[in-house]
Amino acid sequence: MSMNDINVSRRKFVIGMGATSAGLTLGLSLPMGQTAFANHHEAATKEINAWVVIDPDDTVTIRVARSEMGQGTLTGLAQLVAEELECDWDKVTWEFPTPGENLARERVWKDYSTGGSQGLRGSQQYVREGGATARMMLIQAAANKWGVPADECTAAKSVITHKGSGKSTTFGKVAAAAAKLTPPESVTLKDPSTWTVAGKSLKRLDTDDKLTGKLVYGADIQLPGMLLASIKDCPVLGGKLVSYDESAIKDMPGVKGVVEVKTQLGNNGVAVVADTWWRANQALEALPIKWDLGPNVALNDAGVTELLESGLDADDAFTGNWNGDVKTAFASADRMVEAVYKCPSQNHAPMEPMNATAVYSSDRCEVWCPTQNGESALAAVAEASGLSIDKCDVHKTILGGGFGRRGMPDYVHQVVAIAKAFPGTPIKMQWSREEDQRHGFFHPTTMAKMRGSLDKDGNLTGLHMRISGQSILAALMPGLLQNGADFATFQGVVKKGIHPALDQHAMSYDFDNLVVDHAMRNPPIRPGFWRGVNVNQNAIYLESFMDELAEAAGRDALEFRLAHMKNNPRGAAVLKTVAEKSGWGNDDGKSRGLAALYAFGSYVAACADVTVDDRGKLKIDRIVAATDCGTAVNPQQIEAQVEGSFVYGLSAALYSEITFNEGVVVEQNFHTYPSMRIVDMPKVETTVMPSGGFFGGVGEPTIGVAAPAVLNAIYAATGKRVRSLPIKDQNLRA
Amino acid sequence: MAKLNINGEVREVDVEGDTPLLWVIREQLGMTGTKYACGIAQCGACTVHIDGQAVRSCVYPVSSVTPSQKITTIEGLSETGDHPVQQAWAELDTPQCGYCQPGMIMASAALLNDNPNPSDADIDTQITNICRCGTFQRVRAGIHRAADIKKNS
Repeated sequence: MSMNDINVSRRKFVIGMGATSAGLTLGLSLPMGQTAFANHHEAATKEINAWVVIDPDDTVTIRVARSEMGQGTLTGLAQLVAEELECDWDKVTWEFPTPGENLARERVWKDYSTGGSQGLRGSQQYVREGGATARMMLIQAAANKWGVPADECTAAKSVITHKGSGKSTTFGKVAAAAAKLTPPESVTLKDPSTWTVAGKSLKRLDTDDKLTGKLVYGADIQLPGMLLASIKDCPVLGGKLVSYDESAIKDMPGVKGVVEVKTQLGNNGVAVVADTWWRANQALEALPIKWDLGPNVALNDAGVTELLESGLDADDAFTGNWNGDVKTAFASADRMVEAVYKCPSQNHAPMEPMNATAVYSSDRCEVWCPTQNGESALAAVAEASGLSIDKCDVHKTILGGGFGRRGMPDYVHQVVAIAKAFPGTPIKMQWSREEDQRHGFFHPTTMAKMRGSLDKDGNLTGLHMRISGQSILAALMPGLLQNGADFATFQGVVKKGIHPALDQHAMSYDFDNLVVDHAMRNPPIRPGFWRGVNVNQNAIYLESFMDELAEAAGRDALEFRLAHMKNNPRGAAVLKTVAEKSGWGNDDGKSRGLAALYAFGSYVAACADVTVDDRGKLKIDRIVAATDCGTAVNPQQIEAQVEGSFVYGLSAALYSEITFNEGVVVEQNFHTYPSMRIVDMPKVETTVMPSGGFFGGVGEPTIGVAAPAVLNAIYAATGKRVRSLPIKDQNLRA
Repeated sequence: MAKLNINGEVREVDVEGDTPLLWVIREQLGMTGTKYACGIAQCGACTVHIDGQAVRSCVYPVSSVTPSQKITTIEGLSETGDHPVQQAWAELDTPQCGYCQPGMIMASAALLNDNPNPSDADIDTQITNICRCGTFQRVRAGIHRAADIKKNS
């Protein structure tokens, strides 16, 4: 299997978790025909093509296949379609085609997977083509009506005009005729420099209902006759349910039943079903449950650290980046610099805890859920229900946060398992926050031993970055390991050209003598794709150590970095921008820290400015950030993603760690797993500086620079180098 | 049995007295704008007003609400979604995923009831809601903007 699949198709591994035969290659061998689509869209005549539906009143409905979890992809994709369609933006609305419809139509909407900052860059080409194709069909329909050549007609703001005769009509009036035409075989896309809808800071399409409480999230689904479920999975990974005493709760108010939940993904727990969730959860809390806690009951933090430390000097390591000869460089060093860093496990903790709603009958199963991948959710429905996939469908809601967590379909398996015990009755399963904390797919924990050699002039002559720790692929998609190696572990520090899927995360710097290698050490903690993924910790290690090296060499941290960015002009440009705008080098008493990164196909940099009082209390005063994502589809939403990335990245750096006591997660709610609040929020000044010619990701890259910029600024303020996260565990004035 | 005055209507609900107001609003009354996120009054996603004061409804037993107390949820904050906080939020395109925003908006509206012109320091101490997407910069700007809208209306 190709590593190519890592970023383009998270779907495949998710399916692979349950169906190792990988027989479910979606869209290839599936029965077509009778599907939800036939029931849903009686008005197929209004559909110009898969992406565009136009009503007689000129309302334009743009279909969006990727998920919306706050990152703004829904609006950005609609802008790209609308740009080529030449429609009136004020008349644009949107809908999510279901994954079942996608299957029935031979995957006309392509990839539903929403991760890896791929939402826009992974679909921009075909959605723009969809918009352009629809425009040409509408123009052709008008031209046919008027008996004039189509190339004499133009479209703008949903109005088609024939220059010669001065005739005009609207999209809505010709939509039905256009829908019957054969699509053109090729289209020419507009140059982004001529964009009038895309590229603009338009307001999001989904804001209004988020201000009034009208937006229905997965947690808010209400179906007639619906019952509610609360679930507890075995609190230790790999353990299982032994028994429970239903008699203890059967008379509690509203209780309808207790269901053992055993899924093909290995979940094994128990759910209480009642007429309200509160009653279900009260009864679940009161239910006596016996667990077999299994083989991981001794897991604790000291054990994890010991395991990770065993990889720091081990011989068994996979190499992900190399150049020259580090050994010789080290042997002739004027001086060596060495440091060991550690990053903990972290939970995604989206505000909306996991949930899903299912209705099961012997010939149909439908699920409503917030998911980052409608197609993997659909596959999960089919697997869990035992029905063929054409008898299943998934209705996506907007997500109350995703951050990578909702690419995993464990909760979909669970809700279907519960619904199977209540055929015909809609079941909404809602996890408690505690369940969400205990059963995450945690950001992998790793350590790094960094060693660098300097010559007598302060030049960096050699660098060895040894990563030791967890592999996401080994746990979730072992089929993607290459001779045992997980090259995704090297995101952000990987050698360019060794793998096509990883060039988007290639190391920013050139070093004459370099080794980056990984000793895989996998504690029994379930890892997952957490916004920014492996870039986050790698950037902390490298960008902190670049400052350590610069200091040891007696050089300015900006100049030291730029000396290794001669072949990376775009990376250097964003770094110089934040240095200039932040006042880097000014003698003004401020404590500043820099970080730069190339990840998810974009160039980003940040300069943080912090204060640490004499009791060690940290205040992050200001952050100046810059992003070159090539092409900016909605600049104000890029700014929102950058602002939010500092909150997500710095919440992690300041506060977030998942620890284990006897195999159970210790931090079970926000009082022990804190997150930034407004009082912690620095002023963020963002420069969006698209240099053109490519589409880079936006939702994740800035996460990677957030923590190291602040760590470097803390050092500037205190002389204390924080090498183990989270920062809250460190006394900054000790 | 509880009698509640909510968004200007009197509603009777048949529910155990220790049920948190949040779940009565969401389940018995079917108004889902008020969100569950932590259940322990840490995050503020469940914020509603009782007599104009912000309350974290996930730990507020329904039995401690009297029939004369006026409960306002996000659905009742304004008739047409044009409360100054909602207007400011729309102008700044504040929400990302939006799940915490009903609580954030209710907390901000209550702050402005008490303090029509809050300073940044007031905001820091009074707005303690969690937003994982990280909308705080626009929330802060939105509160200041809403204060202006309120002043000029």
